[in-house]
Amino acid sequence: MQLEAKDVGFRYGDGPWLFQRVNVMLEPGEIVGITGPSGRGKTTFCRILAGFESPVEGTVHVNGAPLPKSGYHPVQMVLQHPEKATNPRWKMHKVLNEGYQPDKELLDLLGIEQEWLTRWPHELSGGELQRFCVARALGPNTRFLIADEMTTMLDANTQAQIWHAIMSIAKQREMGILVVTHESKLMQRLCHRVIDFNEFD
Amino acid sequence: MSILEVENLSVSFKQYTDGFKEINHKVISSLSVTLEAGEILAVVGASGSGKSLLAHAILGILPRNASISGTIKYKGVELTAARLATLRGKELALVPQSVNFLDPLMRVGSQVRTASNSEDVVSAQRKVFERYHLGKEVESMYPFQLSGGMARRTLLSTAMVSGAKVIIADEPTPGLDPIVIKEALSNFREFADKGCAVMLITHDIESALQITDKIAVFYAGTTVEIASVKDFVGKGEAIRHPYTKALWRALPQNEFISIPGSQPHPSSLPPGCLFAPRCEIATPECEQAPPDMRELRDGMVRCIHAT
Ligand code: SF4
Repeated sequence: MQLEAKDVGFRYGDGPWLFQRVNVMLEPGEIVGITGPSGRGKTTFCRILAGFESPVEGTVHVNGAPLPKSGYHPVQMVLQHPEKATNPRWKMHKVLNEGYQPDKELLDLLGIEQEWLTRWPHELSGGELQRFCVARALGPNTRFLIADEMTTMLDANTQAQIWHAIMSIAKQREMGILVVTHESKLMQRLCHRVIDFNEFD
Repeated sequence: MSILEVENLSVSFKQYTDGFKEINHKVISSLSVTLEAGEILAVVGASGSGKSLLAHAILGILPRNASISGTIKYKGVELTAARLATLRGKELALVPQSVNFLDPLMRVGSQVRTASNSEDVVSAQRKVFERYHLGKEVESMYPFQLSGGMARRTLLSTAMVSGAKVIIADEPTPGLDPIVIKEALSNFREFADKGCAVMLITHDIESALQITDKIAVFYAGTTVEIASVKDFVGKGEAIRHPYTKALWRALPQNEFISIPGSQPHPSSLPPGCLFAPRCEIATPECEQAPPDMRELRDGMVRCIHAT
């Protein structure tokens, strides 16, 4: 199963093109990085892959078929700010079980403590919340994960902890990962190859 | 001379549960740290370690339900509420973490001018905007019109034009381009080299190491180590505290390994060493009482077994 973006371009209305002719192919189990200065549409491109936005031109295919319009999306995305991605009026167990019920093994791997499940989002730190967002994105039907500055706000230890959990799951399930980060050393550590977003115009 | 001294600071919040039970959240415990003129001190720790609250305590902007003990001195004299009121924004400036610190109803150019203590506020503001690559059109924008990166650069500008002697910067860099980060950090360096001082609060030990002199490592509301940047080499043999060693080893360019578990919550701190539940070399003694900060090899450490 592959994730393929072909000649993808995006702009708002008649505005200037944010990017055009972006071609990215992600194989199962492959970890690919994207670099490039901010404000050039990397996040928008990620949102297109995850189905939150439609490309203005070009196509995105998973396993040769267009992205599904309904049901569980095979491409899941985790963002920089977990506070913005969790419903403040839900306790954590509800946040966690929104899409599926993660098993104990996954929670342990991510270092999520049982006692956190009864808390409100504002009672957890950014690093604790982000583990929930990752768990939520790793449903059994996730084929590709997009990590958009996922650990930028986290300390080195939490960053390593979360990435190790993701890498071991990716290996087990042959899940592909797209990593967007400013941190070149993290990129080098994680990725099989790196694409420069600047190459596209 | 120390420009800022924090001695034995503790901060806690009272909270009531559904059963009217009172819980005490100890967010900062027995923290001591000093900032010298000409120096950049990084305060490094995980999110939720109480780092931002330290900044707020120094500037006297903690919420009203906080109870505080300990002393904070500026230029050798205690910072009372009255003294703070005259110094805040003039000699002591904050680069806040949240964009919500900007006045939503005021154009950003005017906000930066209000913060300036120079003769010609307009040219001071324009100069600082130019330095942070904020175009002329930004002057007349309102905060909601700014992108995240622009808002951060505006916050930086506000502190930089104030002419402050001490800048406390709370996570000033995330979300900025590496180029802008480098520039902001080198501006802090320049600022310190003029005899001022910067306290850089960050989760990012790597960028802290690039420009600071000294690093204070924060864990669960207190400093566990104060070390010189020079100590962060190799496998971290020169580092004193097990948590600092773990942070260093976890960097992607080092071993990229993590220690299990997580920081204790302020409502349920362990009785002894706050790091004991995660410490590989903990002994029963560590769980007896919180270790004191002590001097060790030109640095400070809060660990009874550190050598
Ligand atoms: S005092 Fe004990 S538990 Fe705490 S860091 Fe030192 S060895 Fe570990």
